[in-house]
Amino acid sequence: MEQEILHERERKCIQENAPGCTAECPVHVDIRGMIAEIRKKSYSAGFLIFQKKVPFPGIISRICNEPCRNACKRVEIDEPVSIRALERFCLDKNTGIIQPNFLPQLKDKKIAIIGAGLSGLTAALDLAKKGYRVTIFEASDRMGGGIHDIPHSELPAEIIAKDFSVFNGLQVGFKYNATISNRSSEAFSLDRICTEYDAVYLGVGCKDVNANDFGLTLDANGKIVIDPLTLATSHPKVFAGGTLRRGSEHHSPIVSISDGRIAAISIDRLCQSASLSANREREGPYTSSLYTNITEIPAQSVTYMADPVSGFTEEEALREAGRCLLCECLECVKKCEYLAHYGSYPKRYVREIYNNLSIVMGIRHSNQMINSCSLCGLCGELCPNELDMAEVCLEARQIMVKKGKMPPSTHEFALRDMHFSNSDQFILNRHQPGYKSSKAVFFPGCQLAGSAPHYIKKIYEFLCKKIEGGVGLMLGCCGAPADWAGQEALTSTTMQSIRQNLRDLDSIRLITACPSCFRIFNHYLPDIHIEMIWTLFDQLGIPDNSGSGISPHTLAVHDSCATRYETRLHKSVRNIVIRLGHKIEELPRTREKTICCGYGGLMIFANREVAHKEINRRISESTADYVSYCAMCRDNFASRGKRVYHLLDLLFGNDIQHLADKEAPGYSQRQENRARLKRSLLREIWGETMDEMQQKIKLIIPGETRQIMEDRMILDNDIIQVIVHAESTGNKMQDTANNHFLAYHKPANVTYWVEYTPQNNGFLIHNTYCHRINIVK
Amino acid sequence: MSAEFNLQQSKILCVKCGEYLKTGSVTLEYLGNNFPVELYKCPQCGLVFIPENLATGKMQQVEKMLEDK
Repeated sequence: MEQEILHERERKCIQENAPGCTAECPVHVDIRGMIAEIRKKSYSAGFLIFQKKVPFPGIISRICNEPCRNACKRVEIDEPVSIRALERFCLDKNTGIIQPNFLPQLKDKKIAIIGAGLSGLTAALDLAKKGYRVTIFEASDRMGGGIHDIPHSELPAEIIAKDFSVFNGLQVGFKYNATISNRSSEAFSLDRICTEYDAVYLGVGCKDVNANDFGLTLDANGKIVIDPLTLATSHPKVFAGGTLRRGSEHHSPIVSISDGRIAAISIDRLCQSASLSANREREGPYTSSLYTNITEIPAQSVTYMADPVSGFTEEEALREAGRCLLCECLECVKKCEYLAHYGSYPKRYVREIYNNLSIVMGIRHSNQMINSCSLCGLCGELCPNELDMAEVCLEARQIMVKKGKMPPSTHEFALRDMHFSNSDQFILNRHQPGYKSSKAVFFPGCQLAGSAPHYIKKIYEFLCKKIEGGVGLMLGCCGAPADWAGQEALTSTTMQSIRQNLRDLDSIRLITACPSCFRIFNHYLPDIHIEMIWTLFDQLGIPDNSGSGISPHTLAVHDSCATRYETRLHKSVRNIVIRLGHKIEELPRTREKTICCGYGGLMIFANREVAHKEINRRISESTADYVSYCAMCRDNFASRGKRVYHLLDLLFGNDIQHLADKEAPGYSQRQENRARLKRSLLREIWGETMDEMQQKIKLIIPGETRQIMEDRMILDNDIIQVIVHAESTGNKMQDTANNHFLAYHKPANVTYWVEYTPQNNGFLIHNTYCHRINIVK
Repeated sequence: MSAEFNLQQSKILCVKCGEYLKTGSVTLEYLGNNFPVELYKCPQCGLVFIPENLATGKMQQVEKMLEDK
């Protein structure tokens, strides 16, 4: 992953962007953080958050003009949160001791602040805290400027005095009754100050001030030209802001404070000979790009104060704090168990994955996270900026495979299963009997063949009847497991052989019954016409006499994540369900917003815990029976106890078969089903016989052992190989406590152990386990 | 890594040699990493016994750790 791409992906995830209120606040108070503390009744902690950005919290919590409220998400629902009143509540409830200012070592730079209004005082305070030698020149005889015009009832003098006491511990010089301008009559001229000081901040307000007096460049309206980003004027040492900049009609105490702070940063940069303008775009107010979903937020009226003079009571404050949405995005995380499982969000995940791929020596902690994604793409669909973790995780897997850093155990079982399906045991490529070419080719898919092989002949016969010119049959695996595992070379060779099979059948039309095959073929065979049986059934009519066996009821349709954007297919599936007499219930996450069943991306092999979370959440979304058009989705839901039909069950099944309760076949059974399907189709359709499948050894597997085999992904054939090895070489052990035999064998990468007893010409299997660590001896 | 039982002699019999397995030094290997461990093995032919709780517990942890290295 290139660093540039990483940054682009990080930018797309806006979870860490500030909420609208904080972005709009000129000094960026973490209002969400403060309100979260109020909700916890940690009022002093809330105050600390407020005070961190606001130098005069008493004053601001009473007179702030609250630009933040314009950006409150509540505006779109009812009324904005009363933020200033909550700030004041925190201040009133604060029991923490305000820490005295840490006195830094004094620098040799001298700064003049002209005007002791809120902007000048903020600049003075910020610079003094950095160690600059600050002198304030004030035309009147006190600090505060325009705030003294505010009625005492709104802003009591003692509040002002308390806030300004912050200067007591600082070495800031005050020169009162000192009017500065360049008029010759003045005792202090700006020019003289500029020669004596290293930088000047001009924050004189606009009362009794003539812009002409300072000898600075003016614009056409006679106002001092001030750069909005840095507050620089035409004089390289002079910065200006506050009400002087905006005019009395735009009076805003918090913008004055923000101006003072921006000027202090500029002066600090000037004194350090740093760039005045670099990376300063977000110092003042800006519009946040944080997305917060408010579709399910109920209206809740603003909390009124019983006594506005005293401010919120605790009860009122808690109620008002409860109205805050604590804005965040997490659109994807809220809907995906995988993203939620790792406790963070895509911005962090893409960084973790990038770091994981960059490790040369050390533990790659994110391997499992990378491999646990189902690659279903729901996050990309939900993300306001279309950040798709599937793309990120798949790319990471491909890199891991190329570098030889993919953990060998993660996908081996699934790839071995794929290898089985593309071996002579299952693979088949035939024209329809009596035809020398194929107008179309039916590719049922290996998982449907493993799960419900009995339907495949029925579909094939229907297609042969409906499509003129011959329908070929191709059995095999589409290569989805290789694709999901990041095995590009294996995916490519699989695709080449499918292409060759199609060429052999002289067809460019492929009909599949599996959504994953459909997705893979659409992606890798763009020149081939790919269809699913469902759109065909919808178009050609459903097979005769189908659908009569299952009595009508309400069914919740689970869309396959592989066909997320196939709106025509979604429609066809629903048309068929309705045509069969059933009613449809739509799940909350449906069609393009559907979720994976836990099989996609080989999630269930990489992280069974997350896969089960995903399945459990999905199956609890409705009490109705589900219907799926993917064999793996059906079987995964059934494996967790959900009543679920395959759409083919509705067409060809019968109530007495209790198909919604049918257990999913295990891994061994799926392989056997495929192998038997090939044999039966060859026999029944083409009149050919293959060698009958001969069980070399008869296994007696109790239910408990079968479950262990499924959990540990051990196949009947693995067990047979151990027993054949043990019985032929004599390399076996016996536990004299119970007389069970114990043997092991390593046919390829995994060592399998079997505990068994010979019984009735076969072997009773008590237990089995495996490991990948090799015994060297 | 060590086997769960530390008895000198087990109740596991090597069928071929007719000997009870005894603890002894065995070398295990994964992804190019070797580690000597004490396990039950046949004193005569060296057939090794790895108990289930070792295979599904500690050994699996070590496999994962080495795979992530």
